[in-house]
Order: sequence, then structure tokens, then C-alpha cells
Amino acid sequence: MEHALGDIELTLTPQAGGSAIWRFQLDPARLPSFARAIQDEGGQLLALWGADDRHLGRGYAVHVAFLSSVGLIWSRSDLAGESPAYPDLAHIFPQADRMQRAAFDLLGIRARDAADDRKWLRHATWSEAEFPLRKDFPPLTAARSPLPEVDAYPFLRVDGEGVHEIPVGPIHAGTIEPGHFRFSIIGDRILKLEERLGYTHKGTEKRFEGMDLATGAKLAGRVSGDAHTAFAWAYCMAVESACACRVPDRAAWLRALFLEIERVANHLGDLGYLGNDVALAFGFMQFWRLKEDWLRLSARLFGHRYLFDCIVPGGVATDIDSAGRAELRALGERIAGEVSELKHIYDEHTGLQDRFAHTGIVKPELAARLGLSGLAGRASSQAWDARVQFPCAPYDQLDVAMALQKSGDVLARAEVRFAEVFESLRLIGQLLDRLPDGKLGAPCVPAGTPCEGLGWVEGWRGPTIVALRIAADGTLDRVHPHDPSWQNWPLLEVGVLGNIVPDFPLINKSFNLSYSGVDL
Amino acid sequence: MATHLILQKIFKTGFVSEPAPAADLTLRTREQQLHADILRLFGQAVAIRHVDAGSCNGCELEIHALGGPHYNLEGLGVKFVASPRHADLLLVTGPVSRHLEVALKRTYEATPEPKWVVAIGDCGCTGGMFGESYASCGRVSNVIPVDVEVPGCPPTPLALLQGILAAVSAGAKTPAAS
Repeated sequence: MEHALGDIELTLTPQAGGSAIWRFQLDPARLPSFARAIQDEGGQLLALWGADDRHLGRGYAVHVAFLSSVGLIWSRSDLAGESPAYPDLAHIFPQADRMQRAAFDLLGIRARDAADDRKWLRHATWSEAEFPLRKDFPPLTAARSPLPEVDAYPFLRVDGEGVHEIPVGPIHAGTIEPGHFRFSIIGDRILKLEERLGYTHKGTEKRFEGMDLATGAKLAGRVSGDAHTAFAWAYCMAVESACACRVPDRAAWLRALFLEIERVANHLGDLGYLGNDVALAFGFMQFWRLKEDWLRLSARLFGHRYLFDCIVPGGVATDIDSAGRAELRALGERIAGEVSELKHIYDEHTGLQDRFAHTGIVKPELAARLGLSGLAGRASSQAWDARVQFPCAPYDQLDVAMALQKSGDVLARAEVRFAEVFESLRLIGQLLDRLPDGKLGAPCVPAGTPCEGLGWVEGWRGPTIVALRIAADGTLDRVHPHDPSWQNWPLLEVGVLGNIVPDFPLINKSFNLSYSGVDL
Repeated sequence: MATHLILQKIFKTGFVSEPAPAADLTLRTREQQLHADILRLFGQAVAIRHVDAGSCNGCELEIHALGGPHYNLEGLGVKFVASPRHADLLLVTGPVSRHLEVALKRTYEATPEPKWVVAIGDCGCTGGMFGESYASCGRVSNVIPVDVEVPGCPPTPLALLQGILAAVSAGAKTPAAS
């Protein structure tokens, strides 16, 4: 396809499978002008990652996934030489900052002239001269050198009269994932928050290397356990594109059913916790009662409470019969009714409204400037939902309604969740009513030469991407899973400014970002 | 006013709590000397500190679910606390990432004796899909002593409860070990 961005004419190659994913090879020197052209037409940078391609007779490569008016543009820029580098993109798209730093920590490819070149995923486990994702880095280092006690990360300090710091984590007081938050405060007000993540880095990307395609689907689903279906589907979409495998209609419809079930489960849980965080334990108990009913039905119908391993390369591993359809439809209707009642209570509860409204605001202009995506983005007027604008099958036949709010506060993020629960339950009804007959899977056979693919799914948090290359022997050569939390975490730092410290847990929960999904 | 709506909903919902499962003593991996004495003093009341030592967040979903009304956790004397210094039992999910190795050891040291450690999930029990690597120490018992292991990906809330109760129940896994 010929496409013009500003004065740049490009030839985009559609990815096999026909969804709105376009491939494009780009000279690294032209990356900044291309990024600016994307920005000028209102697009975003979704993901940036690197690869070691030396075993293919090339050097290294930097890959970028841009969101644009035609869909997702996946660019690859080959980097030659002994000290591979590419022009900094964070001055155009600030969300690229941590992705660029992670790409350096893992591969030693540098963003030239970047304002922030501190380490990100690397703590004290490997040295700054080692790069775990290079092919010559040993995957299993049996002899582990003792760790230095501290990570020695250069936080940005705030000085001045009356300013003091509150360090929180990595191990938190609640049942949540580990990470470090460094607050600088005056009195009760937050003057600055700096996040330090990477604690759950467990070598996921390296682990994929050499894995067979079926095992890779299981690992992809465990990048972030609460977004299992989103990652497993994105991974399988990438594999199927690389192998030119066409998924049967029934399997595609069941995948969408699973994705919407996952969205409802997570939103119910979050709506309960948001109530809990403003001392309305009633809300927690009610929403978690509904969530538990929902999970138990998934276990009974599909064999797993969170639908783990139900999506496999080529299709799905489980089916639903007519009795199961009736049961799921009935529970969906009951939950929609009960959530309506509970929403009425949340709307009427002045204490809750007082805490939700005007708390943790991310204004639409800032959300656009910093690339806030997914659910949190839609709460700040960022009208992107892949199911709506660039629907893959079966969403192209479903007419999804996008939830949108503009106030960008905790209340807006709760409202988006409410709207998405109702919409997902409606979609589940549609999916059950119109589920086509047919096979559950098709053979997925690697080409025998190195082949690449990318999958893009609107998970419950937002745009979830998996890009991969399959080696000539049919095993995985390089897999990069991308969680939307990458671009959303920096907005939490901004959203809490000027708020009181006791509102931090509430604001944090209203974003509910993944740690494991970005620590990898 | 929301109050009457809340009360209405509570009455309409009724009780949904279910009876607790029995402890599954086969999940125990070691027997501590003081076990019987501790239980004589504290009964089954136990304060738990959860530690995510590198999990994918799947096991955490089920720990959250345990807090819901079906499981009546506090009714059983089980309570989650905010600090290891207040805890009798550490509920640890894994695999233990190398970036959290020091924090996990420090948390263990900060927990007063006597204490139990329950490792949960396939990753906590064996290293799971992540195994041992440049970034992962694998199973929890590679880093701190473990009393009970609850497998599953993730283990169901019921399995978690059976594991927690196994740690704090009288009686040994095998008579010889008591």
C-alpha cells in the first residue's frame, strides 16, 4: 500500500492475515522524521524493542510499533557496526524513554543523544558490559556471583526547605506486585514521584529463545497473568501470521469470547478494590462475589478460572456446548443487572464520589503528549481501541462501542470500567448467539526459513503486542511481548502530583498497571 | 442516600461464605520442632505477609480472591498484615527473581520467630516455566527455608487455604517426622 505521511511517501507491506498491521523497513537516520510525521497526523508510539540479528548475517536492529491512521506500522531499522546506535525518539515520543533504556540494558543498542541514559531493567544482577539478549550471552549462568546489597540507582532528588522523601517498596504493604516508589513531599502533598521498576525481571524474553511454538504460547500467557488471554492471543496471532496460518472462524470467535470474559473479570475486581480503597468494604465484597461467580463458571466451562492455555497456535484448545452457552448467557445477564445496582450505589455514595472525583487527574492534552493508552487513555479522551478502529476477526462483525471519558481522574477510570463491563457483557451475548460452527484449529507449520510476525490485541489494560521471529528449525528465535503499562506507568508519576500521599493507593489502583508485564 | 441501597443489597445478597476445606498435610515439606508448642499457644490464628518475589501476578489474583466473601478468611482466624514484623507466616510467590533475592531474604529475617513459609504456585514450588536463569533463582526454597508448597498455575483459593491451614495445623505429615 502507498501511504503518505507529511512529505514522506511510504510503501507499506500488509502482514499476512490481513489485519491492519503494516511492515516497513526504515533507515535509522530517518526514524526521527518518520516519528514526527506520525505525531503530526495524531499517531502514537506504542512499542520499541531491539534484536540481535548477527546470526542472520546482519548487525542489530531496533523495531518500533507506531499507531497511525492506517493501523499499526511496524518498522525495522538495521543497525550496523560494533557499537550499534539509533537516533533518540524520546524527545518526540516521551514514552520511548524507558523502552530505549531497556533495549540498551538487554542488547547494548544505544539511543543516541537521549536525555536520560540511566539503566532501567538492569539492577545489580549483571554488569553494564553484559547484554542478556545478545545471542552469545549464556542463558543459564549456573555460577551466580553474590549480589551487591543495593541497586545504586541514581534517583532525581528534590531539594528545598521542608521537602522530604518517602521510599516505598519494592515489597509493598498490600497484596500487589513489587516495585519501588520514591515520593518527595511537602507536608501531605506529593511534589514528585519517581518509579523504579524491574524487580520482577525474570529473563522472560531470553526464556522464549529455542522454545517450540506451543510452549511459547503458554509462556506468553504468563508475561502478565491477569492479561493471560490478551498476551496468548497476540502471541498466537504473531505465530499465525509468520506461518501464514488461517484460524477457523469458530476459534476466532471463541478467542474474542475469552478476551471479553477476561476484561469483565479484571474490571469487576478493580471496581471492588476502588471501593475498598475509599473505605467502602461493601463494594469490595459485592464485586468480588460477582467476580468469584464469574471465575467459577469459567473453570466449569473451560477448565480454568482464568482461561489459562485455552488459546493455542492455530486456534483454541476448548469449546463451549449449548448448555454452557445458556449458562454463560444467564450469568452475564445476572451480573449486568447486579453491576447496574452497584453502579447506582457508587453514584449515590457521596463519600466515594468525593474521593474519586478530581483525584489523580491526567488531562487529555498531557495524555496525548505522553502517549497514555488503553483503558486509562480512554478515561483521558484518548479515543483509541483496536477493537473499534482496526478490528481483527471477529470484532469486524461486532460493532464495539468505545467507552470514553474526558476528566482523566479516578472517577473517569472507574466510569470507563463500568461502561466496558456492560459493553463486554453485551458482546459476550452477541458472541454466544452468533458463534459460527466449524473447527477449533488449523495446522500452524513454520516455513522452514526465518519468518516474522506481530500480534496486536486490545486487552483489558490496552493495546497488547507480541512480535516474534521463528528460526529455520521451527523454534522461537526472538520474542518481544509488550504490555501497555510501559507507556502508562510514567503517567502515574504525573497523575499523583499535588495529590495527598494517602490518595496514592487509590490513584495507583485506578490505573492498575502491570509490573511483571514490563519487567519481563 | 446510598445507605438504604447498601442495606437492601446486603440483605438481598445474604450469606455466601462456604465451609473451610480441611488442611492438606501432604503439602508440607518440612516439620519444625516447635510446631506443637506454637499451636498450643496461638491455635489457628495466623497473620500472613504476602511476598511477590517475581510472580507473573497470576497467583496474586487468587490471593485477592481469597479475600472475597466466599472464603470467609478472617472468620477462620487468618489475616493479611502489612509488615513482616507483624507476621507469623510468609506467603511467597515466585519464581524468585534475582532482583528480589535480597528483598526476600530481608523480609524473611524481619519476620519474628517462630515463623512459617508457604511457597505458592508452580513457579514458587519448582521455578515453573521461568526456571533458573541469569535473572531467576527458581523455586522459593532456593532462597529461604520453606514449610509448605502449594502447586498450581495459579493454585485455586481453596488450594491456598488448604496450604495455609497445613502450615498451622496440629499433627505432622508423617509420624516419624514429628
